[in-house]
Amino acid sequence: MEKIRIELTVNGKQHDLLVAPNRTLAQTLREDLRLTGTKQGCEVGDCGSCTVLLDDVPVNSCLVLAVQAAGRRVTTIEGLAQGNELHPIQEAMIQHGAIQCGFCTPGMILSAKALLDRNPDPDAGEIKDALSGNLCRCTGYQKIVEAVQDAAAKMGRD
Amino acid sequence: MTQKFNVIGSRAPRLDAPDKATGRACYVDDIEFPHLLEGAILQSPHAHARILSIDTSAAEALPGVAAVITHRDVPDVRYGVSPARYDETIFAIDKVRYVGDEVAAVAAEDLDTAMAALELIKVEYEVLPHVLTVDEALAEGAPVIHDAFPGNICAEVHQEFGDVAAGFAESDIIRTDVFVNKRQDGAFIEPHRCVAVYDNFGQLTLTSSTQVPHYVQRTVAMVTGIDVGKVRVKKPYVGGGFGPKAEATPCDIISAFLAIKTGRPVRVAYSREQVFLHCRARHQFKHVMKTGFKKDGTIMALDHQCWLEGGAYSSFGIATVYYAGSLLAAPYKLPNMKYDGWRVYTNKPACGAQRGHGGVAARACFEQQLDLIAKQLDMDPIELRLKNIMTAGDVSCNDLAMSSLGMKECIEAVRDGSTWRDKRGRLPKGKGIGMASGFFVSGAGYPIYRSETYHCTVTIKVQEDGGTVKVLTGAAEIGQGSDTAMAMIAAEAIGIPLDRVRLVSGDTDYGVDLGAYSSRTTLMTGHATKEAGEAVKDRVLTALAEELGIERDRLDMANGLVEISGDPVDFSELRTKYIKEHRGWSDHPAGDQITFTEAARIAYLKYGTVVGTGKYKPPVLGGKFKGAAVGTSPAYGCSAQVAEVTVDLETGQVTVDSITDAHDCGKAVNLTSVEAQMEGSVSMGLGEAMFEEVKFDDQGRVLNASLGEYHIPTVLDMPQMSCIVVESGEPNGPFGAKEVGEGAIMPTIPAILNAVHDATGVTITELPITPERVLKALKEKEQEKD
Ligand code: FES
Ligand code: FES
Repeated sequence: MEKIRIELTVNGKQHDLLVAPNRTLAQTLREDLRLTGTKQGCEVGDCGSCTVLLDDVPVNSCLVLAVQAAGRRVTTIEGLAQGNELHPIQEAMIQHGAIQCGFCTPGMILSAKALLDRNPDPDAGEIKDALSGNLCRCTGYQKIVEAVQDAAAKMGRD
Repeated sequence: MTQKFNVIGSRAPRLDAPDKATGRACYVDDIEFPHLLEGAILQSPHAHARILSIDTSAAEALPGVAAVITHRDVPDVRYGVSPARYDETIFAIDKVRYVGDEVAAVAAEDLDTAMAALELIKVEYEVLPHVLTVDEALAEGAPVIHDAFPGNICAEVHQEFGDVAAGFAESDIIRTDVFVNKRQDGAFIEPHRCVAVYDNFGQLTLTSSTQVPHYVQRTVAMVTGIDVGKVRVKKPYVGGGFGPKAEATPCDIISAFLAIKTGRPVRVAYSREQVFLHCRARHQFKHVMKTGFKKDGTIMALDHQCWLEGGAYSSFGIATVYYAGSLLAAPYKLPNMKYDGWRVYTNKPACGAQRGHGGVAARACFEQQLDLIAKQLDMDPIELRLKNIMTAGDVSCNDLAMSSLGMKECIEAVRDGSTWRDKRGRLPKGKGIGMASGFFVSGAGYPIYRSETYHCTVTIKVQEDGGTVKVLTGAAEIGQGSDTAMAMIAAEAIGIPLDRVRLVSGDTDYGVDLGAYSSRTTLMTGHATKEAGEAVKDRVLTALAEELGIERDRLDMANGLVEISGDPVDFSELRTKYIKEHRGWSDHPAGDQITFTEAARIAYLKYGTVVGTGKYKPPVLGGKFKGAAVGTSPAYGCSAQVAEVTVDLETGQVTVDSITDAHDCGKAVNLTSVEAQMEGSVSMGLGEAMFEEVKFDDQGRVLNASLGEYHIPTVLDMPQMSCIVVESGEPNGPFGAKEVGEGAIMPTIPAILNAVHDATGVTITELPITPERVLKALKEKEQEKD
């Protein structure tokens, strides 16, 4: 298969990549760029563990082809912390005990970030809607929702 | 007994959380293996078929293929979970027994090539008649799945404790109820995967997404014939397990053979569909319970029968069929109990252990029956339960000993926490409130294979430079928080702050640990960790006492500072020495207490490296009857939940509005993690109650082998949960701690069922509680009235 040259901005850094037309964004991130924080629990768009932000919108990166992301901005879990300073959602997830096995966590955090970026003061229902595409088998979600509420409150204060 | 703790009982954030929140945590697929080959498994398309021939020549000839293996290339060994039922082979030899049975495997330069090679393997089958249900499998003249088990009965149990006939004779009311659940999938978000490396020293190293490195090590050593000392199993972070990852899988075994054959690292990874095909998750149970009660509500006798639809192989099933009976003997006083259980082979993926192993459907049936009896007796269901509960010191009819049991506290906590008294019988039409209790082991009393092995060993090494300790344990952190719990126990035992503890785990090189199953880690590995920590503390303080010229028993350590009883001791010389050793450093110890760092340094200078070790195995437990081992445990956790539901009487749709949950974990090592286990248990129980069901077509193929079609709870399905942690102080647990990981799931399903009954007056006896089932039951009730 003829490879295609694409430009991809990932976590603020521009990459020139040669990708096969059937390569998914998840594969490109994980294998070509070694950004393995993006997980894959199903590879068919059901679980949300591969969620990344494409131009600030959460997408299942296992369903997006790398070529479809050409010229666009991608944010992965690796792009959230500023050096050693964690993003408030990351911090809240840790403090609230909202992380168990952690396999859903990167996707969950990115879905939450997309929500708080467009709606800084969501109610519980809006948070649940925003996270409804991210499956978690460990937590029962309650501590995750609490963490996002807390992060929203903290971010609103700063 | 209120012991003061510095670390235990806190809400310390989990040690692994920052890595998991930032994407740094590495799971199997995140680790780079140079020169890696991708493996793929050819699985049977038939539920039951004879293999007439296998031709791998075309696959072998495909460029990029490094190896193709079938049963001809591997030893003809049987393996499985229980040595009494080793009924699996590495690849199918003469026949396949379910859709998904392993027939051949390929290693290739990339996954696409491996998959293409699978297509080129030609297998000729003669399709055989199959059986998919217990009834089909037990029918006269049914096809036989394993020649050694002509009636398709994989295991059966027949037990009687006390005198059941006499118990019924003394009963005023006898009820018989039937209950059926559905096959539930584990649905952990990370599918199974393993990378095997066979090195130039003849050592085999597996990096596996497993709950049980120890058992994987033993199984892989056994099937490959490699000396067990040369097999190492490492578990990186694991994306959930819940039971189905508690045994060696084809990913582990086949990657090992492919790595040996090719001399290169090989990965074998399940797709989500293959997770459903491998299964090893919750059985489908059918329970029939006949129970006798006195007019005052006293439980007199239980005659219980159970059939388990097991799938094509045993997996954990022998333990499962025993647990399905034995775990009912508590937490209520039940003087007479008879149990007959049958686990039946079918041509479906094998079921195994899943959270609440064997006990979940049984508990649902029994707790639902208790509510029905309460109604018959016109008693409050909570009163009925309180009347019958055991307390610490009680021993069940099948010899399970309650060394602690906060059952009463749990029931009262959910009664008061849910304001039960204001609601029960007072809610508007379509609203209901129900409760149930739960009970579970805190670690299986015996290993899966017969052995006097320690169940865990732990080593704690004091780092030579700096007052940090390193804990080495084989325990398996699979998301439940065991790394953090063990680090906290080590810190408490030594008397140092948590940030002075580093921990490595999940590697057979670090010691024996039977793994993350049967809710054993906190109690068992916790004991070993505590013992190792105490040894470290003693060694360090003994060195210090010698140095100071005082008695050892005048010294203690807390929060990283040495406490000296009696007259003040001049330690200025010791401090000067330490500071001289660290000239130019900025973090010199100050203050009027000797620090752990200084004391540890003295111990090192005296003795060399300071190491403490710990070990644990339970005492001999249980009775002498057959199967007495299953259900024994050094301690038991218990729980109670109240569910509140809304039932739409037009559509039959049930919504769970809230769960009030209390669990007796003995002592919470980490309060947040205890709640986290409780909440996670509720979600898995709620899924099973409300919608989870692995479905098959009439050819034995899974119909909903994806997380899109197999519905697990999303955030939108979850009710408000209020968790109440009860601490009864378990005398056999480290710092009083016992289980929470599985017992917490027990009350969820029956609490919901009982709430649905309260809301509608109907009894749902088959899961899941779909709108169709509720509507049907409502209609039947209407008709009864007419
Ligand atoms: S891996 Fe992309 S949605 Fe599951
Ligand atoms: S923490 Fe395990 S799946 Fe969410």
